[in-house]
Amino acid sequence: MIGFTLNGQPVTTSAAPTARLTEVLRDHLGAMGTKVGCDAGDCGACTILLNGAQVCACMVPAARVSGAMVETIESDAADLDRLRAAFLRHGAAQCGICTPGMLMAGVDLLRRVPEPDEREVQDALGGVLCRCTGYRKIIAAICDTAAPETSSAEGIGASVTRLDGQAKVRGDSFGADYWPDGALTVVALRAPHAHARFSFGDLAGFARRPGVAGIFTAADIPGRNAFGVIPAFADQPAIAESPARFRGECVALVAFEAGTEPDLTDFPIRWHPLEALTTPAEAEAPGAPLIHPDRAANQLIEGRVTKGDAATALAGSAHVVTGTMQTGYVEHAYIEPEAGAAWMEGDTLIIRACTQAPVMDRDDCALVLGLPPERVRIIPSAVGGGFGSKLDVSLQPLIGLVTLKTGRPCRMIYSRRDSMTSTTKRHPAEMQGSIGCDAQGRLTGLVFDGRFNTGAYASWGPTVANRVPVHVTGPYLTPHVTARARAIHTHGPVSGAFRGFGVPQAALWQETLFDQLAEKARLDRLEFRILNALRDGDATATGQAMQAVGIHDCLTALRPHWKRALSETVPGRGVGVASCWYGCGNTSLPNPSTIRIGLSHQGRMMLHQGATDIGQGSNTVIAQIAAQALGLPLALFTLIGPDTALTPDAGKTSASRQTFVSGRAAKAAAEALRARLLRLANAGEGADMALDGTTLTITEGSTRRTLDLAALPRDAHGYALTAEETYDPPTSALDANGQGTPYAVYGYGAQMVELEVDPALGTVRLLKITAAHDVGRAINPQLATGQIEGGIAQGIGLALMEEYLPGRTENLHDYLIPTIGDVPPIESLLIEVPDPEGPFGAKGLGEHVLIPTAPAILNAIRHATGVRLTQVPVLPHRLLEALR
Amino acid sequence: MRSYARPQTLDEAIGLITQAPRRILAGGTDLYPAAGVQLDGDVLDLTGIPALSGMTPGNGLRIGACTTWTAIAEADLPPALRCLQQAARQVGGRQVQNAGTIGGNLCNASPAADGVPPLLALDAEVELAGPSGRRQMPLAQFLTGPRQTRRAAGEVLTAVILPQTALQGQSAFVKLGARAYLVISIAMVAARVQVTAGKITTAAVAVGACSGVAQRLPVVEAALIGATASDGPGRIHAADLAAALSPIDDVRATAAYRLSAATELVRRAVSEALA
Repeated sequence: MIGFTLNGQPVTTSAAPTARLTEVLRDHLGAMGTKVGCDAGDCGACTILLNGAQVCACMVPAARVSGAMVETIESDAADLDRLRAAFLRHGAAQCGICTPGMLMAGVDLLRRVPEPDEREVQDALGGVLCRCTGYRKIIAAICDTAAPETSSAEGIGASVTRLDGQAKVRGDSFGADYWPDGALTVVALRAPHAHARFSFGDLAGFARRPGVAGIFTAADIPGRNAFGVIPAFADQPAIAESPARFRGECVALVAFEAGTEPDLTDFPIRWHPLEALTTPAEAEAPGAPLIHPDRAANQLIEGRVTKGDAATALAGSAHVVTGTMQTGYVEHAYIEPEAGAAWMEGDTLIIRACTQAPVMDRDDCALVLGLPPERVRIIPSAVGGGFGSKLDVSLQPLIGLVTLKTGRPCRMIYSRRDSMTSTTKRHPAEMQGSIGCDAQGRLTGLVFDGRFNTGAYASWGPTVANRVPVHVTGPYLTPHVTARARAIHTHGPVSGAFRGFGVPQAALWQETLFDQLAEKARLDRLEFRILNALRDGDATATGQAMQAVGIHDCLTALRPHWKRALSETVPGRGVGVASCWYGCGNTSLPNPSTIRIGLSHQGRMMLHQGATDIGQGSNTVIAQIAAQALGLPLALFTLIGPDTALTPDAGKTSASRQTFVSGRAAKAAAEALRARLLRLANAGEGADMALDGTTLTITEGSTRRTLDLAALPRDAHGYALTAEETYDPPTSALDANGQGTPYAVYGYGAQMVELEVDPALGTVRLLKITAAHDVGRAINPQLATGQIEGGIAQGIGLALMEEYLPGRTENLHDYLIPTIGDVPPIESLLIEVPDPEGPFGAKGLGEHVLIPTAPAILNAIRHATGVRLTQVPVLPHRLLEALR
Repeated sequence: MRSYARPQTLDEAIGLITQAPRRILAGGTDLYPAAGVQLDGDVLDLTGIPALSGMTPGNGLRIGACTTWTAIAEADLPPALRCLQQAARQVGGRQVQNAGTIGGNLCNASPAADGVPPLLALDAEVELAGPSGRRQMPLAQFLTGPRQTRRAAGEVLTAVILPQTALQGQSAFVKLGARAYLVISIAMVAARVQVTAGKITTAAVAVGACSGVAQRLPVVEAALIGATASDGPGRIHAADLAAALSPIDDVRATAAYRLSAATELVRRAVSEALA
């Protein structure tokens, strides 16, 4: 037995002496607050204090803590409590998966340096990765742990502390953090080759090994072995039959008894590697084998937008620029690898896992498992970052299969390598084309051709191919457009959804060419963009007449910063700007959300909110919208769900749609509930409501009426009153030329980057980023700026360091994401041009914020050095080569 | 089967390792990333042996093999060891610095080991203890290739020894990667110089991550002798680095870039050491 002191209490464990301390804390002692992101010291999620010093618990042998003092996020130390409060006050926790590690590293620092400066915070937290926040609010929180000024403001426009924040600063319950007693441990066997036939040997023999509870292959799948986020394109097997089509594809599952160490050594499988198509060029070459027999030339889909006659417009233009841009696979690199558990309740299969799309998961799992959807219940865990990849199912059908087949509970936790090799990526893009303007600098036309590597299966490839041509003009009035984007299959990782669905790639092409075009037109680069910015009433490339267009306001808000930055420019420094726009919600497809509010007999507003909060803040924003529309305090609300058994479908958390679409549904439900309450009291719309216990008082002028909620009958939902409303954005289908109204609401933004290039090393140091984003109405400004800062951090990664290479960067030390020292100070300018379609005028924001960062960085590098780069990431060796 | 031992004395440790080969565990920051649920094999944990931790001045400086990077970074050491202290602050994040040890860094023998260039520039020797006693050899001889050393199966690396002559002068360490923290080097350089009457009289320059084992650069060092602070960097030429190094192309950088960057880093490290 190993004995030590855990958060002041003596504990003992029978764990093996070389077991990782993370396993001791989590599996043996049930302290789930310490998170595991990589098991390799690369992410710092498991940071704890060992005898007062921060260490990664994943690399501490159990025996070494014998007699030691261990402090974890479960500690109630006063200084940790103060830091927790500071994190909440500053909005320093988004998804919450890195938060325990950040807090422990922060406490380690504050005990050594009570009043640290920014540099000291960075040095102390340099070993903890965060993928959501962009780190700036974390730095601010650690530098400001003094007693808080509490604000009681809570209406629309107030920076309400996130309602789910307390759990996050104490170690929230993510996919890996709950499983029923006795749950089997499920492990996947994955393809080691990009393309390979395989055959099994003596599976029955392996199944007889001690501790092996079962082996499952494609032959065991009772339903349709093909899932996919877009039903018409569903093509991805949950467990592949031979051949495997990408490295990392699951080909078999092994379930181990609890307490058995999973060991797949000598698993009876023979591999026969086949020639792999690794690039779209190879896949499109005449005679190339087809990855899916029904998709000619390995093309999944082509998206097109044609307006006017772009070729003629360019031929008649005073200035034309032509160029290419190339991007690579980008990994989401959320700090929470996929994890979850499954069990049966009666004849219902329960799957609790991290997800962005519970109802889609339910329907996909039901199809794969051959069950009616009502026999599958999805309970989303807290989600430790998603960014698009947790829209597709990962382990849900796998653990569902094991539980369905064995009748026993099971759990599965992806290793970092499982997560990186088997889940989706941002589409690599090869883009080319031309943009023209007249002698005054007004845009005349744009021709664009993009080829996107969509990998082995469809996933969100169709969405990317359709979104890119719609958005490739940027938020600029472009009279003539010919744009085409094709998604091509290869034997690469599956490309899916990643913050922006292809638009960030297209913006890199368009915005970098804009700088050249502005130069030809002899216009200041910012003024060129202001001149061409879309205005209300202008038509987009799809012919949609726009309303509530905020790009002009965003760009002009940057003007004083731009002039200041240009005036401060010295050799080696550069300033760049780029814009974004982004349509919120599905492209020309139904995209409804339904929200239910139940008024309980105890006087609580039960907000059945099926939108998964993956850190962006929908739990808080949707509640704020509901409270404002209902006219009662936020404190009366209780959040229910998401849970497919308890919450109506609020759609998926993607495409920056939750504030807009689910927010509209919440507003409608709250208004409906308010109307019913006022009707019960015979009061008019302007009446005030107040709730004290179960007594609702409605005041209109000098008339006061009271309602005793406890006395109301139970309705079908068991509440005193229930309101449920659905909102579906008004869009229209695109015709053969891509003309129509693909989105009801768009958001806009522009970012300015100041940086310094080291010409001898080809390295880039970011000095400041100024970000102006039109959010329509900032429901919660702190959550909005949190999205901006986090999106910028991912944009920095896209521009300067991130490139996923199968077989080579399948971990978090070879695949680089920005650390706390890589994100410069960010000044956010929230612009509010209210959209009549948005709730209280609000627009989406989450994806927009990533789009301008990378092109603004490339434009600033060009300003500093004169070099136009045509490939990201701009690794030091690429920049130095371009400079020479 | 697995076994685990954490002896309190070096003699016990050597006794155990003589009976049967064991995996030697120190900070764990290299072994655990490569492990599964727990470490495989029979493990000998050296961190319970007090004699292996800490720094002892005497004839030079003796650094126990299990001394952590944080202990090195926070120690009061002469300016000649600044390069080692700067490197100590850049080994992984602070969690790794609190656990990782100088001896483990050397025995792991990564081409990108942060400790190696500074220790080469400090003329470090390593001390090994085995059943037949102790022996000492220059670090440059100890490291024989990527992940390869002259440590015999029955031996324990017990200390790093810096000779008195290497504690003279001033030094600097510079490390290059594509991000600010948690950097695995594209290239790194340690430089130590002694200056008399405005001229360099001793120069020690070592480059890491640009060859299977980090290398001293005798030709560059010779060229620096007699140089002043202002003309020293100008005497550093890529051709002299190219002759000593064998950089590779990998996910972090191209070989050509590594050579070019290493040349620039040598100039900067020498300038910083002279500052």
